[in-house]
Amino acid sequence: MLHVLYLSGVILLFVSLKTFPSVSSFHVFQYCLSGHPTLPCNVLKFKSTTIMLDCGLDTTSVLNFLPLPLVHSPRLSKLPGWVSKDGTLNLEKKELLDLSTIDVILISNYHCMMALPYITEHTGFTGTVYATEPTLQIGRLLMEELVNFMERVPKAQSATCWKNKEIQRMLPGPLKDAVDVWTWKRSYSMQEVNSALSKVQLVGYSQKVELFGAVQVSPLSSGYSLGSSNWIIQSHHEKVSYVSGSSLLTTHPQPMDQSSLKNSDVLILTGLTQMPTANPDGMLGEFCSNLAMTIRAGGNVLVPCYSSGVIYDLLECLYQFIESANLGTTPFYFISPVANSSLEFSQIFAEWLCHNKQSKVYLPEPPFPHAELIQTNKLKHYPSIHGDFSSEFRQPCVVFTGHPSLRFGDVVHFMELWGKSSLNTIIFTEPDFSYLDALAPYQPLAMKCVYCPIDTRLNFHQVSKLLKEVQPLHVVCPEQYTQPPLTQSHRSDLMLELQPPPMPYRRCSVLNLPFRRRYERVYIMPELANSLVPSEIKPGISLATVSAVLHSKDNKHTLQSVPKPPPVPPSKKRKRVIEEPPVVLAPKPLLSGAVPLEAFLATLQKHGITEVKVEETADGHILHLQAEDTLIQLEEDGTHIVCDNNEPLRTTLRDLVLRFLQKL
Amino acid sequence: RSCILVSIGGKNIMLDCGMHMGYNDDRRFPDFSYITQNGRLTDFLDCVIISHFHLDHCGALPFMSEMVGYDGPIYMTHPTKAICPILLEDFRKITVDKKGETNFFTSQMIKDCMKKVVPLNLHQTVQVDDELEIKAYYAGHVLGAAMVHIKVGSESVVYTGDYNMTPDRHLGAAWIDKCRPDILISESTYATTIRDSKRCRERDFLKKVHESIERGGKVLIPVFALGRAQELCILLETFWERMNLKAPIYFSTGLTEKANHYYKLFITWTNQKIRKTFVQRNMFEFKHIKAFDRSYADNPGPMVVFATPGMLHAGQSLQIFKKWAGNEKNMVIMPGYCVQGTIGHKILNGQRKLEMEGRSTLDVKLQVEYMSFSAHADAKGIMQLIRMAEPRNMLLVHGEAVKMEFLKGKIEQEFSIDCYMPANGETVTVTTNPSVPVDISLNLLKREMALGGPLPDPKKPRTMHGTLIMKENSLKLVSSEQALKELGLNEHQLRFTCRVQLQDPHSDTDTLHRIYTHLKSVLKGYTIQHLPDGTVMVESIVIKVSSSTEDPNTKVLLLSWSYQEIYIYL
Repeated sequence: MLHVLYLSGVILLFVSLKTFPSVSSFHVFQYCLSGHPTLPCNVLKFKSTTIMLDCGLDTTSVLNFLPLPLVHSPRLSKLPGWVSKDGTLNLEKKELLDLSTIDVILISNYHCMMALPYITEHTGFTGTVYATEPTLQIGRLLMEELVNFMERVPKAQSATCWKNKEIQRMLPGPLKDAVDVWTWKRSYSMQEVNSALSKVQLVGYSQKVELFGAVQVSPLSSGYSLGSSNWIIQSHHEKVSYVSGSSLLTTHPQPMDQSSLKNSDVLILTGLTQMPTANPDGMLGEFCSNLAMTIRAGGNVLVPCYSSGVIYDLLECLYQFIESANLGTTPFYFISPVANSSLEFSQIFAEWLCHNKQSKVYLPEPPFPHAELIQTNKLKHYPSIHGDFSSEFRQPCVVFTGHPSLRFGDVVHFMELWGKSSLNTIIFTEPDFSYLDALAPYQPLAMKCVYCPIDTRLNFHQVSKLLKEVQPLHVVCPEQYTQPPLTQSHRSDLMLELQPPPMPYRRCSVLNLPFRRRYERVYIMPELANSLVPSEIKPGISLATVSAVLHSKDNKHTLQSVPKPPPVPPSKKRKRVIEEPPVVLAPKPLLSGAVPLEAFLATLQKHGITEVKVEETADGHILHLQAEDTLIQLEEDGTHIVCDNNEPLRTTLRDLVLRFLQKL
Repeated sequence: RSCILVSIGGKNIMLDCGMHMGYNDDRRFPDFSYITQNGRLTDFLDCVIISHFHLDHCGALPFMSEMVGYDGPIYMTHPTKAICPILLEDFRKITVDKKGETNFFTSQMIKDCMKKVVPLNLHQTVQVDDELEIKAYYAGHVLGAAMVHIKVGSESVVYTGDYNMTPDRHLGAAWIDKCRPDILISESTYATTIRDSKRCRERDFLKKVHESIERGGKVLIPVFALGRAQELCILLETFWERMNLKAPIYFSTGLTEKANHYYKLFITWTNQKIRKTFVQRNMFEFKHIKAFDRSYADNPGPMVVFATPGMLHAGQSLQIFKKWAGNEKNMVIMPGYCVQGTIGHKILNGQRKLEMEGRSTLDVKLQVEYMSFSAHADAKGIMQLIRMAEPRNMLLVHGEAVKMEFLKGKIEQEFSIDCYMPANGETVTVTTNPSVPVDISLNLLKREMALGGPLPDPKKPRTMHGTLIMKENSLKLVSSEQALKELGLNEHQLRFTCRVQLQDPHSDTDTLHRIYTHLKSVLKGYTIQHLPDGTVMVESIVIKVSSSTEDPNTKVLLLSWSYQEIYIYL
């Protein structure tokens, strides 16, 4: 059985989605497609626009597979039926929404775009993806690396029949219980990556991007990684903030822009730290001291890591540390198909770096000190363990290489090579995978193992401070954040406690966000604006009656003056009036106020109406204009003129009454 | 030189703060007394925006901020912020240290000035204050050059700085979206030229250099340290490589290596091709081009020297020029535009005898070539930009009057928009006609859109009625009913009733029904209802029938309508 699994290589997870009935365009809906709070995938329907927020790829399922060694490993292939002890596979397939209806995808950082090809390719997707330049370039490197890791290992044949339910039932351990493995997908190809990334449109921080005239989106610096962003999605009257993977620590990226998140109606909060109890600075210190200890004892250090991100900080920390720790002669190796590109790219994004690093570029000096490490030959990078590396490699040394799951990539080779000696140490710095699960297939292991996960994303303390600062009306977050972690259920400080309580969502849930849209922006054209006659009705409040023609185009509304009707030949006029439906003429305004009796009588008198008999009623007065045989009923909220067949008189009376009333 | 003051929606913005290279006295700086006679500029300017690092666009900046006095924000892109202080310092050294001039800014002033700079990213919308926002676009021309879109309310201006609409060897082409500004302020250096294809010009340049080298001559190329120099270096480097040439190429001043460093670190500002390949091969690491030393100028044999500054008005390029001018085998290639009054301008105009300082004259025997490599938009490019941005008015600056006049005619003819070309110190006023943004109640809008149907009928436009409430700074358009409610006012009903008598022997109900059928047949297209409570309604006019008390055959028709009713004649 296991043999089958091994041959089929790594299969990555993804949800397959189908049509969902269309949703009223005036409501804001949020769909959640990922159960992983740090690798989010949400869809927001906002003003007839369908926006996907991130498309993170949950790769924790690879822990269910055997490592893929570069060279055939007799030990690994002889391992009988190993599977991880508590593989977390709770993904289910749900028919939620048609991917081809997605208008745009907003990417917040390069870790949250790894599923992009699954969404943009072969699904009928025709929209646009928005991301910053560093996110695109580094995201491309990470995808390229993943494809490279998958494609270079010899796979004799691939099997898929294990996905069949009947066969799956016979599989051992948690695999048997894994739900819906048919949603696991094969890794994508470089061709698919390129095609997916060609759909990316680059944006800069605080750039305002108009979507169909209805919605404006804008990325803000989130301080977590190069080019990482939070997003503002807003119309003239509504504002949704999407906060994903943000950091308040001073590492290399530009600091987080917090003030622009203010005045949000809804704030969607994802990507908090996965290590709420581990202090990144403390972890960094532990990392250095363990590294130094191992090297001094003559052992090698293996650091399984991603090829971009925290590695830059690790190298910077080591740059300062090696001299003082007397490690100046120890070689550092960075092995990845994209190692060189990652190091080079990090140096060219001055605009996206913190202030300190920016000012270095002005000198001009490379912003990251790893340039100097490379120049002085202290740091060397290789595309893989093959080629130059095997001849130049000296021990004891420090190796940075991927993949942090220990299931594929060059790290597999080093585990085989160094695992048997207790002099060596493996230091885990990436928080994405359980290190015990990652190590399981290599047991028994003699090498030392140190776990110092460095996760610079917001912790619960920082997030509650942030929310106090920006004060959103509502907070929406994964349900995991609304309760303490399962393993530490007494730690009530490791959850979000807010007033009003946050709206939790879980995978595949649909949330109706609490919005009360009441206004929309409309533009009054200059000609019409000039013709308006405002009148002050209360101190500081003026009113003007507007009659206009509404033009709605591309979700933009304008009001223009009513065009003058074309002149009609006079002979036909009467006929036309009768035969055609009523032509809407300039409307009469609504009236407000009351007609004061004494003043009205005086006015009547001035207009020659002198014989007026006044009769008091329950609600007001009845005026009997005796000479004209006409009745005027004056009340607090109404005036009634009963006048037979005397149009001139009726018009006069009407105008006299109107003098006393406000029109709007 | 460029220095433009824009007043828009009550905001004052200075665009560029350039220096005139042709003058050696006060005239080289803009006359800031236009803005204020006394007092600091801070009170009069909301911000200063610098488009790129050329001295004719930023040379007077320290003078303005430190000597005249301005403490507000100065915006420029990251590469400009990095490079501009170096060029300023370079220029200061030439003027003060070499020429011994006083009344010039100091090194410290340049530093203090740069502290006021706020870096600008491409496409980032920067909110200068609550009302004023600016956005930068890629302009080509030189590393970090930007065009800016300035917006206050619904009025906007685009300023191009210098730009280039065709990608070259190291930079991309300028681009802007259809932002429809009220005014587009464009440079017009090459207002009448439509330059021949880039490739031809490059081949021409290489041919001339090659010929000169072959006959043992020395080639001087006066350049500015950053910009065109890098493009020409890439060009010569690849040519030397291909032709396997041995003659040395030098680049004067220590700035070179540093300059190339800037290009490496700001590689995202270069063109697509360089950006794509920079990991494998950095285009700005040259094999054949070496640093120049003053003594090399007297070395025998052919050589190519890039020397600063570009207009031969001072510094090393002028020194080398003086040394080489007497030999007809030598050549000087002027790769860019030269300002009037500079030696560059004089020799390009064919002057063969130059008056030098100290009443000496210099005979110019070497070949003088002009190659337009400076990356400005030509007439075609300017028209292309107008098509991209769709401005309502056009304003030409930074060019020669005669040429601008020609372009102005072309623009007015092709786009039928007004085109202005103010002289230095002249003010142009453009009146805009902005629309008024208003918040419309969603109920009213939805009702209107539902009634209007999916497609507008141009023959029968629907009129929408509402009440605009103006309160403090907010403008809200709501239905009249809602306006009454919101303001806590009572509606006052004004109704009219008219009695009509007619003879009809039938019962009241029958009479009413007969009226109903009659109206139905006569008033086609009206809504006519016969209601169970014994009334007939035509639209909202109520008709009731009652018999006269004296004579049952005389019926009294009561017609009642409200003031809001539109009159209909029966």
